[in-house]
Amino acid sequence: MKVIIDRVGKRYLDRRRRDVVALEDVSFAAASEEFLAILGPSGCGKSTLLGLVAGLLPASAGEIFFEGEREAGRPLTATVFQEFALFPWRTAQANVELGLEELGLPAAERAARARRHIQQMGLHGFEDKYPHQLSGGMRQRVGLARAFAVNPAVLLMDEPFSALDAQTRTLMMEELLALWERTRKTILYVTHNIQEAVFMADRVLVLSRRPGRVLDSVVIDLPRPRTEAMLGHPAFVRAADRIWKLIRSQAEAALLEGGA
Amino acid sequence: MTATRLPVENRTRFLVRREYRLLRVAALVGMVVAWEVLSQTGWVSALFLPSPLGVLAEGMDMARSGELGVHVAASLKRLSVGFVAGGAAGIAVGVAVGFFSLADALGMPVIAATFPIPKIALLPLLILWLGIGETSKIAVIALGVFFPLALNTYAGVRQADPLLIRAAASFGAGRWSVIRKVVLPASLPMVFAGLKLGAGTALLLLVAAEMIAVESGIGFLVLHAANLMATTKLMVGIVLLSLLGILSHWALTGLERLVIPWRER
Repeated sequence: MKVIIDRVGKRYLDRRRRDVVALEDVSFAAASEEFLAILGPSGCGKSTLLGLVAGLLPASAGEIFFEGEREAGRPLTATVFQEFALFPWRTAQANVELGLEELGLPAAERAARARRHIQQMGLHGFEDKYPHQLSGGMRQRVGLARAFAVNPAVLLMDEPFSALDAQTRTLMMEELLALWERTRKTILYVTHNIQEAVFMADRVLVLSRRPGRVLDSVVIDLPRPRTEAMLGHPAFVRAADRIWKLIRSQAEAALLEGGA
Repeated sequence: MTATRLPVENRTRFLVRREYRLLRVAALVGMVVAWEVLSQTGWVSALFLPSPLGVLAEGMDMARSGELGVHVAASLKRLSVGFVAGGAAGIAVGVAVGFFSLADALGMPVIAATFPIPKIALLPLLILWLGIGETSKIAVIALGVFFPLALNTYAGVRQADPLLIRAAASFGAGRWSVIRKVVLPASLPMVFAGLKLGAGTALLLLVAAEMIAVESGIGFLVLHAANLMATTKLMVGIVLLSLLGILSHWALTGLERLVIPWRER
Protein backbone atom coordinates (compact mmCIF):
# COMPACT_ATOMS: atom_id res chain seq x y z
CA MET A 1 0.00 0.00 0.00
CA LYS A 2 1.34 3.40 -0.99
CA VAL A 3 0.94 6.41 1.32
CA ILE A 4 0.72 9.87 -0.18
CA ILE A 5 1.09 13.04 1.86
CA ASP A 6 0.13 15.99 -0.30
CA ARG A 7 0.91 19.54 0.86
CA VAL A 8 -0.18 18.76 4.40
CA GLY A 9 -0.22 21.40 7.08
CA LYS A 10 -1.21 21.21 10.73
CA ARG A 11 -1.81 24.10 13.05
CA TYR A 12 -3.45 24.14 16.40
CA LEU A 13 -4.04 26.41 19.40
CA ASP A 14 -1.82 25.64 22.37
CA ARG A 15 -2.88 25.92 25.99
CA ARG A 16 -2.37 29.68 25.99
CA ARG A 17 -4.46 29.85 22.84
CA ARG A 18 -1.52 30.76 20.68
CA ASP A 19 -1.54 29.59 17.10
CA VAL A 20 1.14 26.93 16.60
CA VAL A 21 2.17 25.74 13.15
CA ALA A 22 3.33 22.17 13.67
CA LEU A 23 3.67 21.17 10.01
CA GLU A 24 3.79 23.28 6.90
CA ASP A 25 3.45 22.18 3.30
CA VAL A 26 4.72 18.64 3.84
CA SER A 27 4.65 16.45 0.76
CA PHE A 28 6.10 13.00 0.25
CA ALA A 29 5.09 9.47 -0.62
CA ALA A 30 6.00 6.14 0.88
CA ALA A 31 6.13 3.41 -1.75
CA SER A 32 4.43 0.10 -1.22
CA GLU A 33 6.55 -2.14 1.04
CA GLU A 34 8.92 0.71 1.75
CA PHE A 35 10.51 1.13 5.17
CA LEU A 36 10.50 4.91 5.46
CA ALA A 37 12.05 6.58 8.48
CA ILE A 38 10.88 10.09 9.39
CA LEU A 39 13.56 11.87 11.34
CA GLY A 40 13.79 15.28 12.90
CA PRO A 41 14.77 17.21 16.03
CA SER A 42 12.40 17.31 18.97
CA GLY A 43 9.34 19.41 18.30
CA CYS A 44 9.43 19.06 14.52
CA GLY A 45 5.94 17.63 14.40
CA LYS A 46 6.96 14.13 13.32
CA SER A 47 4.63 12.46 15.80
CA THR A 48 1.89 14.84 14.73
CA LEU A 49 2.48 13.71 11.16
CA LEU A 50 2.01 10.09 12.17
CA GLY A 51 -1.16 11.01 14.05
CA LEU A 52 -2.50 12.57 10.87
CA VAL A 53 -1.82 9.41 8.85
CA ALA A 54 -3.41 7.27 11.59
CA GLY A 55 -6.55 9.40 11.47
CA LEU A 56 -6.12 10.42 15.09
CA LEU A 57 -5.83 14.11 14.23
CA PRO A 58 -7.43 16.12 11.43
CA ALA A 59 -5.09 17.89 9.01
CA SER A 60 -5.49 21.66 8.67
CA ALA A 61 -4.42 21.69 5.03
CA GLY A 62 -3.61 19.28 2.24
CA GLU A 63 -4.53 15.67 1.77
CA ILE A 64 -3.41 12.28 2.97
CA PHE A 65 -4.44 9.16 1.14
CA PHE A 66 -3.52 5.58 0.39
CA GLU A 67 -3.14 3.99 -3.01
CA GLY A 68 -3.53 0.27 -3.54
CA GLU A 69 -5.99 -2.56 -3.30
CA ARG A 70 -7.97 -2.53 -0.11
CA GLU A 71 -8.40 -6.04 1.22
CA ALA A 72 -11.48 -6.88 3.25
CA GLY A 73 -10.92 -7.49 6.96
CA ARG A 74 -7.59 -5.70 6.86
CA PRO A 75 -7.22 -2.24 8.37
CA LEU A 76 -5.26 0.42 6.50
CA THR A 77 -3.08 1.33 9.45
CA ALA A 78 -2.06 0.15 12.88
CA THR A 79 0.11 2.14 15.27
CA VAL A 80 2.89 1.22 17.68
CA PHE A 81 3.25 3.90 20.34
CA GLN A 82 6.33 5.24 22.08
CA GLU A 83 4.78 4.79 25.53
CA PHE A 84 3.43 1.36 24.47
CA ALA A 85 -0.17 2.40 25.22
CA LEU A 86 -1.12 -1.04 26.49
CA PHE A 87 -4.39 -1.27 28.40
CA PRO A 88 -3.42 -1.89 32.04
CA TRP A 89 -6.68 -3.81 32.66
CA ARG A 90 -6.05 -6.26 29.85
CA THR A 91 -3.62 -9.15 29.87
CA ALA A 92 -1.05 -9.41 27.10
CA GLN A 93 -3.41 -11.74 25.26
CA ALA A 94 -6.40 -9.42 25.65
CA ASN A 95 -4.33 -6.41 24.59
CA VAL A 96 -3.42 -8.14 21.34
CA GLU A 97 -7.04 -9.20 20.87
CA LEU A 98 -8.34 -5.62 21.06
CA GLY A 99 -7.67 -4.76 17.44
CA LEU A 100 -9.12 -8.10 16.36
CA GLU A 101 -12.29 -7.39 18.36
CA GLU A 102 -12.76 -4.15 16.46
CA LEU A 103 -12.30 -6.05 13.20
CA GLY A 104 -15.25 -8.19 14.29
CA LEU A 105 -13.51 -11.55 14.35
CA PRO A 106 -15.16 -14.40 16.26
CA ALA A 107 -13.74 -15.11 19.71
CA ALA A 108 -12.03 -18.39 18.87
CA GLU A 109 -10.21 -16.92 15.89
CA ARG A 110 -9.21 -13.85 17.90
CA ALA A 111 -7.72 -15.97 20.62
CA ALA A 112 -5.79 -18.19 18.22
CA ARG A 113 -4.46 -15.31 16.14
CA ALA A 114 -3.43 -13.28 19.18
CA ARG A 115 -1.67 -16.30 20.70
CA ARG A 116 0.20 -16.90 17.46
CA HIS A 117 1.46 -13.32 17.34
CA ILE A 118 2.40 -13.29 21.00
CA GLN A 119 4.43 -16.46 20.52
CA GLN A 120 6.02 -15.01 17.40
CA MET A 121 7.29 -12.16 19.57
CA GLY A 122 8.85 -14.67 21.95
CA LEU A 123 6.33 -14.06 24.72
CA HIS A 124 5.08 -17.63 25.03
CA GLY A 125 3.94 -18.19 28.62
CA PHE A 126 3.28 -14.49 29.27
CA GLU A 127 -0.18 -14.40 27.67
CA ASP A 128 -1.99 -13.99 30.99
CA LYS A 129 0.30 -11.36 32.47
CA TYR A 130 -0.83 -7.79 32.93
CA PRO A 131 1.35 -5.02 31.44
CA HIS A 132 2.69 -3.95 34.83
CA GLN A 133 4.07 -7.45 35.31
CA LEU A 134 6.13 -7.19 32.12
CA SER A 135 9.44 -5.42 31.45
CA GLY A 136 9.61 -2.48 29.04
CA GLY A 137 10.94 -4.63 26.22
CA MET A 138 8.21 -7.21 26.73
CA ARG A 139 5.53 -4.52 26.82
CA GLN A 140 6.62 -3.17 23.48
CA ARG A 141 6.70 -6.72 22.11
CA VAL A 142 3.04 -6.88 23.07
CA GLY A 143 2.60 -3.52 21.33
CA LEU A 144 4.20 -4.93 18.19
CA ALA A 145 2.14 -8.12 18.38
CA ARG A 146 -1.02 -6.04 18.73
CA ALA A 147 -0.17 -4.04 15.61
CA PHE A 148 0.98 -7.00 13.50
CA ALA A 149 -2.00 -9.14 14.57
CA VAL A 150 -4.49 -6.97 12.67
CA ASN A 151 -2.28 -7.30 9.58
CA PRO A 152 -2.44 -3.64 8.57
CA ALA A 153 -1.48 -2.46 5.10
CA VAL A 154 0.64 0.28 6.61
CA LEU A 155 2.41 0.13 9.96
CA LEU A 156 2.89 3.43 11.81
CA MET A 157 5.61 3.47 14.44
CA ASP A 158 6.04 6.47 16.72
CA GLU A 159 9.52 6.23 18.27
CA PRO A 160 8.62 2.70 19.32
CA PHE A 161 11.89 1.85 21.05
CA SER A 162 13.00 5.18 22.49
CA ALA A 163 11.62 4.35 25.94
CA LEU A 164 13.77 1.21 26.09
CA ASP A 165 17.35 0.81 27.29
CA ALA A 166 20.07 0.70 24.62
CA GLN A 167 20.62 -3.08 24.63
CA THR A 168 16.93 -3.91 24.49
CA ARG A 169 16.49 -1.35 21.74
CA THR A 170 19.15 -2.99 19.56
CA LEU A 171 17.53 -6.40 19.97
CA MET A 172 14.08 -5.03 19.21
CA MET A 173 15.31 -3.28 16.09
CA GLU A 174 16.68 -6.56 14.77
CA GLU A 175 13.43 -8.34 15.61
CA LEU A 176 11.38 -5.70 13.85
CA LEU A 177 13.57 -5.91 10.75
CA ALA A 178 13.20 -9.70 10.66
CA LEU A 179 9.44 -9.33 11.02
CA TRP A 180 9.31 -6.74 8.27
CA GLU A 181 11.37 -8.91 5.90
CA ARG A 182 8.72 -11.60 6.34
CA THR A 183 5.61 -9.44 6.09
CA ARG A 184 6.82 -6.60 3.86
CA LYS A 185 4.44 -3.96 5.10
CA THR A 186 4.81 -0.31 4.30
CA ILE A 187 6.31 1.19 7.44
CA LEU A 188 6.41 4.83 8.52
CA TYR A 189 8.92 4.88 11.33
CA VAL A 190 9.29 8.11 13.32
CA THR A 191 12.50 8.54 15.26
CA HIS A 192 15.00 11.16 16.39
CA ASN A 193 17.86 8.65 16.36
CA ILE A 194 19.98 8.84 13.21
CA GLN A 195 21.71 5.46 13.67
CA GLU A 196 18.36 3.78 14.17
CA ALA A 197 16.89 5.40 11.08
CA VAL A 198 19.83 4.62 8.81
CA PHE A 199 20.21 1.06 10.09
CA MET A 200 16.59 0.13 9.49
CA ALA A 201 15.13 2.22 6.70
CA ASP A 202 15.21 2.17 2.93
CA ARG A 203 14.97 5.93 2.97
CA VAL A 204 15.16 8.62 5.63
CA LEU A 205 12.98 11.68 5.39
CA VAL A 206 14.55 14.56 7.31
CA LEU A 207 12.20 17.16 8.78
CA SER A 208 13.10 20.64 9.97
CA ARG A 209 12.15 21.97 13.37
CA ARG A 210 8.85 23.70 13.85
CA PRO A 211 7.18 24.42 11.55
CA GLY A 212 8.09 20.97 10.24
CA ARG A 213 9.06 20.89 6.58
CA VAL A 214 10.79 18.23 4.54
CA LEU A 215 14.49 19.14 4.41
CA ASP A 216 15.71 16.19 2.43
CA SER A 217 15.11 12.57 1.59
CA VAL A 218 18.17 10.34 1.99
CA VAL A 219 18.18 6.93 0.30
CA ILE A 220 20.10 4.36 2.31
CA ASP A 221 22.22 2.34 -0.03
CA LEU A 222 22.75 -0.74 2.11
CA PRO A 223 21.84 -4.31 1.20
CA ARG A 224 19.27 -6.38 3.06
CA PRO A 225 19.12 -8.12 5.38
CA ARG A 226 20.86 -5.51 7.47
CA THR A 227 23.39 -6.73 10.00
CA GLU A 228 25.35 -5.11 12.78
CA ALA A 229 28.48 -5.32 10.66
CA MET A 230 26.99 -2.66 8.39
CA LEU A 231 27.23 -0.05 11.15
CA GLY A 232 30.79 0.61 9.95
CA HIS A 233 29.96 0.37 6.25
CA PRO A 234 31.00 3.49 4.26
CA ALA A 235 27.46 3.92 2.93
CA PHE A 236 26.14 3.85 6.50
CA VAL A 237 28.64 6.41 7.72
CA ARG A 238 28.05 8.64 4.70
CA ALA A 239 24.28 8.63 5.17
CA ALA A 240 24.48 9.23 8.91
CA ASP A 241 26.92 12.08 8.34
CA ARG A 242 24.78 13.73 5.75
CA ILE A 243 21.70 13.58 7.96
CA TRP A 244 23.57 14.90 10.98
CA LYS A 245 24.83 17.87 8.94
CA LEU A 246 21.25 18.57 7.89
CA ILE A 247 19.79 18.66 11.35
CA ARG A 248 22.71 19.78 13.50
CA SER A 249 21.85 23.48 13.40
CA GLN A 250 18.18 22.60 13.80
CA ALA A 251 18.91 20.55 16.89
CA GLU A 252 21.07 23.33 18.35
CA ALA A 253 18.30 25.85 17.84
CA ALA A 254 15.78 23.47 19.38
CA LEU A 255 18.07 23.04 22.39
CA LEU A 256 18.18 26.79 23.01
CA GLU A 257 14.47 27.16 22.51
CA GLY A 258 13.88 25.03 25.62
CA GLY A 259 10.62 23.23 26.31
CA ALA A 260 9.43 21.65 23.08
CA MET B 1 49.59 13.26 58.45
CA THR B 2 47.75 10.12 59.49
CA ALA B 3 44.64 9.11 57.66
CA THR B 4 41.54 8.70 59.80
CA ARG B 5 38.68 6.44 58.91
CA LEU B 6 35.50 8.42 58.38
CA PRO B 7 32.52 6.11 58.47
CA VAL B 8 29.44 6.88 56.37
CA GLU B 9 26.63 7.86 58.64
CA ASN B 10 23.05 6.91 57.90
CA ARG B 11 21.28 10.18 57.27
CA THR B 12 17.81 8.77 56.84
CA ARG B 13 17.47 6.75 60.04
CA PHE B 14 14.83 9.11 61.44
CA LEU B 15 12.71 8.56 58.32
CA VAL B 16 12.34 4.82 58.84
CA ARG B 17 8.72 3.96 59.64
CA ARG B 18 8.07 0.89 61.74
CA GLU B 19 4.85 -1.04 61.71
CA TYR B 20 4.34 -1.66 65.47
CA ARG B 21 1.84 -4.41 64.75
CA LEU B 22 1.35 -5.42 68.37
CA LEU B 23 0.84 -1.84 69.43
CA ARG B 24 -1.96 -1.39 66.93
CA VAL B 25 -3.93 -4.27 68.46
CA ALA B 26 -3.03 -3.23 71.99
CA ALA B 27 -4.37 0.30 71.46
CA LEU B 28 -7.78 -1.04 70.48
CA VAL B 29 -7.96 -3.72 73.17
CA GLY B 30 -6.66 -1.22 75.74
CA MET B 31 -9.46 1.21 75.01
CA VAL B 32 -12.18 -1.41 75.49
CA VAL B 33 -10.55 -2.74 78.67
CA ALA B 34 -10.22 0.77 80.12
CA TRP B 35 -13.88 1.39 79.33
CA GLU B 36 -14.91 -1.87 81.03
CA VAL B 37 -12.83 -1.03 84.10
CA LEU B 38 -14.34 2.43 84.26
CA SER B 39 -17.85 0.95 84.29
CA GLN B 40 -17.03 -1.90 86.71
CA THR B 41 -15.60 0.44 89.33
CA GLY B 42 -18.79 2.46 89.23
CA TRP B 43 -17.05 5.78 88.63
CA VAL B 44 -19.37 6.35 85.74
CA SER B 45 -23.04 5.42 86.07
CA ALA B 46 -24.16 2.59 83.81
CA LEU B 47 -27.06 4.78 82.82
CA PHE B 48 -24.65 7.10 80.99
CA LEU B 49 -22.00 4.64 79.91
CA PRO B 50 -22.92 0.95 79.98
CA SER B 51 -20.01 -1.49 80.12
CA PRO B 52 -18.82 -3.25 76.95
CA LEU B 53 -19.69 -6.65 78.41
CA GLY B 54 -23.13 -5.35 79.32
CA VAL B 55 -23.68 -4.16 75.77
CA LEU B 56 -22.52 -7.54 74.45
CA ALA B 57 -24.89 -9.40 76.77
CA GLU B 58 -27.79 -7.15 75.80
CA GLY B 59 -26.99 -7.70 72.14
CA MET B 60 -27.02 -11.47 72.60
CA ASP B 61 -30.37 -11.28 74.36
CA MET B 62 -31.85 -9.21 71.59
CA ALA B 63 -30.48 -11.57 68.97
CA ARG B 64 -32.02 -14.54 70.77
CA SER B 65 -35.43 -12.88 71.08
CA GLY B 66 -35.36 -12.00 67.37
CA GLU B 67 -35.64 -8.28 68.03
CA LEU B 68 -32.18 -7.64 66.62
CA GLY B 69 -32.86 -9.57 63.44
CA VAL B 70 -35.97 -7.54 62.64
CA HIS B 71 -34.14 -4.23 62.96
CA VAL B 72 -31.05 -5.32 61.06
CA ALA B 73 -33.10 -6.85 58.24
CA ALA B 74 -35.23 -3.72 57.87
CA SER B 75 -32.16 -1.47 57.79
CA LEU B 76 -30.21 -3.69 55.40
CA LYS B 77 -33.10 -3.73 52.97
CA ARG B 78 -33.42 0.05 52.87
CA LEU B 79 -29.66 0.43 52.71
CA SER B 80 -29.05 -2.04 49.90
CA VAL B 81 -31.93 -0.95 47.67
CA GLY B 82 -31.05 2.72 48.10
CA PHE B 83 -27.34 2.10 47.63
CA VAL B 84 -27.72 0.03 44.48
CA ALA B 85 -30.28 2.37 42.89
CA GLY B 86 -28.39 5.57 43.73
CA GLY B 87 -25.03 4.01 42.85
CA ALA B 88 -26.14 2.72 39.46
CA ALA B 89 -27.75 6.05 38.57
CA GLY B 90 -24.67 7.95 39.76
CA ILE B 91 -22.28 5.84 37.68
CA ALA B 92 -24.46 6.12 34.58
CA VAL B 93 -24.81 9.89 34.91
CA GLY B 94 -21.11 10.26 35.74
CA VAL B 95 -20.06 8.41 32.58
CA ALA B 96 -22.48 10.40 30.46
CA VAL B 97 -21.42 13.85 31.70
CA GLY B 98 -17.77 12.80 31.74
CA PHE B 99 -17.69 11.52 28.18
CA PHE B 100 -20.24 13.53 26.20
CA SER B 101 -19.67 17.27 26.13
CA LEU B 102 -23.37 17.92 25.52
CA ALA B 103 -24.33 15.93 28.62
CA ASP B 104 -21.59 17.77 30.50
CA ALA B 105 -23.01 21.16 29.49
CA LEU B 106 -26.56 20.16 30.41
CA GLY B 107 -25.91 18.04 33.49
CA MET B 108 -22.90 19.44 35.30
CA PRO B 109 -24.43 22.83 36.29
CA VAL B 110 -27.47 21.01 37.69
CA ILE B 111 -25.30 18.56 39.63
CA ALA B 112 -23.04 21.33 40.92
CA ALA B 113 -26.08 23.32 42.08
CA THR B 114 -27.85 20.43 43.84
CA PHE B 115 -24.83 18.57 45.23
CA PRO B 116 -24.21 20.91 48.21
CA ILE B 117 -27.77 20.54 49.57
CA PRO B 118 -27.64 18.48 52.76
CA LYS B 119 -29.71 15.46 51.78
CA ILE B 120 -31.31 15.19 55.23
CA ALA B 121 -32.99 18.52 54.53
CA LEU B 122 -34.68 16.93 51.55
CA LEU B 123 -36.23 14.12 53.59
CA PRO B 124 -39.37 16.07 54.58
CA LEU B 125 -39.83 17.08 50.95
CA LEU B 126 -39.38 13.48 49.80
CA ILE B 127 -41.93 12.34 52.39
CA LEU B 128 -44.34 14.93 51.01
CA TRP B 129 -43.79 13.68 47.48
CA LEU B 130 -43.45 9.94 47.97
CA GLY B 131 -45.41 9.36 51.15
CA ILE B 132 -44.22 8.39 54.59
CA GLY B 133 -43.56 4.74 53.68
CA GLU B 134 -40.43 2.95 52.56
CA THR B 135 -40.07 4.79 49.23
CA SER B 136 -39.11 8.14 50.68
CA LYS B 137 -36.54 6.52 52.97
CA ILE B 138 -34.96 4.56 50.16
CA ALA B 139 -35.06 7.66 47.96
CA VAL B 140 -33.12 9.79 50.41
CA ILE B 141 -30.43 7.11 50.71
CA ALA B 142 -30.26 6.75 46.92
CA LEU B 143 -29.93 10.51 46.60
CA GLY B 144 -27.09 10.56 49.11
CA VAL B 145 -25.24 7.81 47.22
CA PHE B 146 -25.95 9.31 43.80
CA PHE B 147 -23.86 12.46 44.20
CA PRO B 148 -20.52 11.05 45.34
CA LEU B 149 -20.79 8.42 42.60
CA ALA B 150 -21.75 10.84 39.85
CA LEU B 151 -18.93 13.23 40.80
CA ASN B 152 -16.29 10.53 41.30
CA THR B 153 -17.20 8.70 38.11
CA TYR B 154 -17.10 12.01 36.26
CA ALA B 155 -13.60 12.70 37.60
CA GLY B 156 -12.50 9.14 36.79
CA VAL B 157 -13.77 9.37 33.23
CA ARG B 158 -12.16 12.76 32.69
CA GLN B 159 -8.78 11.54 33.83
CA ALA B 160 -8.77 8.43 31.64
CA ASP B 161 -5.45 8.45 29.79
CA PRO B 162 -6.01 10.19 26.41
CA LEU B 163 -3.18 8.11 24.96
CA LEU B 164 -5.12 4.91 25.66
CA ILE B 165 -8.25 6.39 24.16
CA ARG B 166 -6.28 7.31 21.04
CA ALA B 167 -4.70 3.87 20.95
CA ALA B 168 -8.13 2.22 21.04
CA ALA B 169 -9.38 4.59 18.34
CA SER B 170 -6.35 3.80 16.20
CA PHE B 171 -7.45 0.16 16.23
CA GLY B 172 -10.89 1.13 15.06
CA ALA B 173 -12.74 1.43 18.37
CA GLY B 174 -15.79 3.70 18.13
CA ARG B 175 -17.50 5.73 20.82
CA TRP B 176 -19.21 2.87 22.67
CA SER B 177 -16.23 0.60 22.37
CA VAL B 178 -14.00 3.30 23.86
CA ILE B 179 -16.44 3.84 26.73
CA ARG B 180 -16.69 0.13 27.48
CA LYS B 181 -13.07 -0.86 26.95
CA VAL B 182 -11.13 2.22 28.04
CA VAL B 183 -13.14 4.83 29.90
CA LEU B 184 -15.04 2.52 32.24
CA PRO B 185 -12.09 0.39 33.37
CA ALA B 186 -9.93 3.52 33.71
CA SER B 187 -12.49 5.13 36.01
CA LEU B 188 -13.05 2.07 38.21
CA PRO B 189 -10.64 3.12 41.00
CA MET B 190 -12.45 6.46 41.29
CA VAL B 191 -15.81 4.67 41.16
CA PHE B 192 -14.79 2.52 44.11
CA ALA B 193 -13.59 5.56 46.04
CA GLY B 194 -17.06 6.97 45.38
CA LEU B 195 -18.75 3.77 46.51
CA LYS B 196 -16.89 3.93 49.81
CA LEU B 197 -17.86 7.57 50.32
CA GLY B 198 -21.42 6.71 49.35
CA ALA B 199 -21.56 3.85 51.86
CA GLY B 200 -20.78 6.30 54.67
CA THR B 201 -23.40 8.77 53.49
CA ALA B 202 -25.94 5.99 53.11
CA LEU B 203 -25.49 4.91 56.71
CA LEU B 204 -25.91 8.47 57.94
CA LEU B 205 -29.10 8.99 55.96
CA LEU B 206 -30.43 5.59 56.97
CA VAL B 207 -30.31 6.52 60.64
CA ALA B 208 -31.87 9.90 59.96
CA ALA B 209 -34.66 8.38 57.87
CA GLU B 210 -35.35 5.70 60.46
CA MET B 211 -35.96 8.28 63.12
CA ILE B 212 -39.14 9.39 61.38
CA ALA B 213 -42.34 7.34 61.43
CA VAL B 214 -40.96 3.81 61.41
CA GLU B 215 -41.40 0.78 63.62
CA SER B 216 -38.22 -1.03 62.72
CA GLY B 217 -34.60 -0.44 61.80
CA ILE B 218 -31.45 0.35 63.70
CA GLY B 219 -32.14 4.08 63.64
CA PHE B 220 -35.53 3.41 65.22
CA LEU B 221 -33.86 1.16 67.79
CA VAL B 222 -31.43 3.90 68.81
CA LEU B 223 -34.05 6.62 69.09
CA HIS B 224 -36.58 4.40 70.86
CA ALA B 225 -34.00 3.16 73.37
CA ALA B 226 -32.93 6.73 74.10
CA ASN B 227 -36.52 7.76 74.79
CA LEU B 228 -36.80 4.92 77.30
CA MET B 229 -33.39 5.73 78.82
CA ALA B 230 -32.36 2.17 77.86
CA THR B 231 -28.75 3.18 77.36
CA THR B 232 -27.44 -0.36 76.92
CA LYS B 233 -29.87 -1.00 74.09
CA LEU B 234 -28.95 2.33 72.57
CA MET B 235 -25.31 1.28 72.66
CA VAL B 236 -26.19 -1.99 70.92
CA GLY B 237 -27.64 0.10 68.11
CA ILE B 238 -24.53 2.27 67.88
CA VAL B 239 -22.24 -0.75 67.85
CA LEU B 240 -24.39 -2.31 65.11
CA LEU B 241 -24.11 0.85 63.03
CA SER B 242 -20.35 0.98 63.35
CA LEU B 243 -20.14 -2.73 62.49
CA LEU B 244 -22.26 -2.05 59.43
CA GLY B 245 -19.89 0.74 58.46
CA ILE B 246 -16.80 -1.42 58.88
CA LEU B 247 -18.30 -4.42 57.11
CA SER B 248 -19.49 -2.42 54.12
CA HIS B 249 -16.04 -0.88 53.79
CA TRP B 250 -14.42 -4.33 53.93
CA ALA B 251 -16.87 -5.73 51.43
CA LEU B 252 -16.20 -2.88 49.00
CA THR B 253 -12.44 -3.25 49.40
CA GLY B 254 -12.75 -6.97 48.69
CA LEU B 255 -14.95 -6.34 45.68
CA GLU B 256 -12.47 -3.74 44.44
CA ARG B 257 -9.64 -6.28 44.52
CA LEU B 258 -11.80 -8.72 42.62
CA VAL B 259 -12.91 -6.23 39.97
CA ILE B 260 -9.56 -4.46 39.55
CA PRO B 261 -7.08 -7.36 39.42
CA TRP B 262 -4.58 -5.33 37.36
CA ARG B 263 -3.91 -2.87 40.19
CA GLU B 264 -0.27 -2.90 41.25
CA ARG B 265 0.00 -3.85 44.89
